[in-house]
Amino acid sequence: MSAFSAIVGQTVSASFRAGGGALTGLLFFLTVVSVFPFGVGPDLNLLSRIGPAVLWIGVLLSLLLGLDRLFGQDREDGALELIMVSGEPMAVYVFARACGYWLAHGLPIVLAAPVLGLILNLTPLALGAVTLTLLAGSPALAMIGAVGGALTAGLARGGMLAAILVLPLSVPVLIFGVAAVNGALADPDPFLAPFLILTAFTLFSSVLAPIAGAAALRLGLD
Amino acid sequence: MGAISSLANPTRFLSWSSRLLPIVSVLAAVTLAVGLYLALVASPADYQQGDSVRIMYVHVPASYLAMMCYVVMAAAALGTLVWRHPLADASARAAAPIGAAFTFLALFTGSVWGKPMWGTWWVWDARLTSVLVLFIMYLGLIALWRAFDDPTRGARVAAVLILVGFINIPIIKFSVDWWNTLHQPASIVRMDGPTIDPSMLWPLLVMIAAFTLVFLALHLAAIRAEIYRRRARTTEIMIAARPASTAARSVAASPAGVPPQAAG
Repeated sequence: MSAFSAIVGQTVSASFRAGGGALTGLLFFLTVVSVFPFGVGPDLNLLSRIGPAVLWIGVLLSLLLGLDRLFGQDREDGALELIMVSGEPMAVYVFARACGYWLAHGLPIVLAAPVLGLILNLTPLALGAVTLTLLAGSPALAMIGAVGGALTAGLARGGMLAAILVLPLSVPVLIFGVAAVNGALADPDPFLAPFLILTAFTLFSSVLAPIAGAAALRLGLD
Repeated sequence: MGAISSLANPTRFLSWSSRLLPIVSVLAAVTLAVGLYLALVASPADYQQGDSVRIMYVHVPASYLAMMCYVVMAAAALGTLVWRHPLADASARAAAPIGAAFTFLALFTGSVWGKPMWGTWWVWDARLTSVLVLFIMYLGLIALWRAFDDPTRGARVAAVLILVGFINIPIIKFSVDWWNTLHQPASIVRMDGPTIDPSMLWPLLVMIAAFTLVFLALHLAAIRAEIYRRRARTTEIMIAARPASTAARSVAASPAGVPPQAAG
């Protein structure tokens, strides 16, 4: 357990250090969201309709940015071999890294989402729904992202490849996240069912993604 | 198990597949010719769709193989991870481009059929979207394989992704049952028998058999190519590792240039 919290803490502090990338991710999120109105035009009705989806896509893309650093550094400096021979389960290490990644990269973006929702003309109810679904669903994105990071650890230009591999796997999370927001806003659509499925994605991926990520790291080493 | 593992030895595989490949290729060509004749000439036009129904005879087998190919890759991925078998690596890697091609064919024929029937090239319904995701998965896997210098290491890492991506296969299969989509539900493999008229069912079944044989032939040929590619790579590395003078002499001595221990 102490190793777990140590790795989580190390991931968070390394992400906020100079060159850590957490703040770059946040800035990227701001940029992506503010680019949308330039592309689709300043029509506030349209923006309030697509706003939740824009925020979700922004979070999805921002969470891809730091994936190459997630395991790449440990692989280069030999920490990965040490962790492998330390006797601690590899999956716990992957889970700890992914948790730290979500705390440093995911949580600030999720908290910034309602502020950016204001410039997309979202109603207070929509702001609350987006934040709630992002809180429930973005950990799943971090977990799936960790698998991508583990698969491409130690590859040149692994970050871009990780993004390509992770995006198709993240599609269900995106679908149910946006479906839950729309369910909260439009009356006939249900909110609870997609929201529960979204939570299930987070729980499932928290169990399965560390196992897959650990397998990828172990098999990619020798 | 013993018989299977002896057949799976790369060198034995090369020898028995070289005898099997021509037979499968001829069978595939003959079945495909018969199937195309039945589908395009002998079978009746649909009373509603007219001749557009003939697209189905390509679309359905291609879609079935798009998924079947991934199942083959997943089985090979298990072989890679559990037994670390070099032939399983080659099999998975050889299947990916074929699967991508069949998936593209399924999407393309579906689009061409959808334009006159649904009035649009594309709809974002569950079946179409999940097949598009499958297509992207195939391309991503190919990119992952190409990113590794060492094919053995790349094969093992790709095997993990193949198994993770396998989640998509049941989603594609049951998408038309779970969600109310524009794409029609299953009409051949059903509890209460097929709902297609026999005059169209038979050409379709022949085409499915033909496509499966085509896949088998392509897959066998691609595995053979993959094994030869790896041997060539091993040979190159061995020649490069030797001092220059001996390397030049040994290449001159053996015209094939293949050292005996460079298996698989």
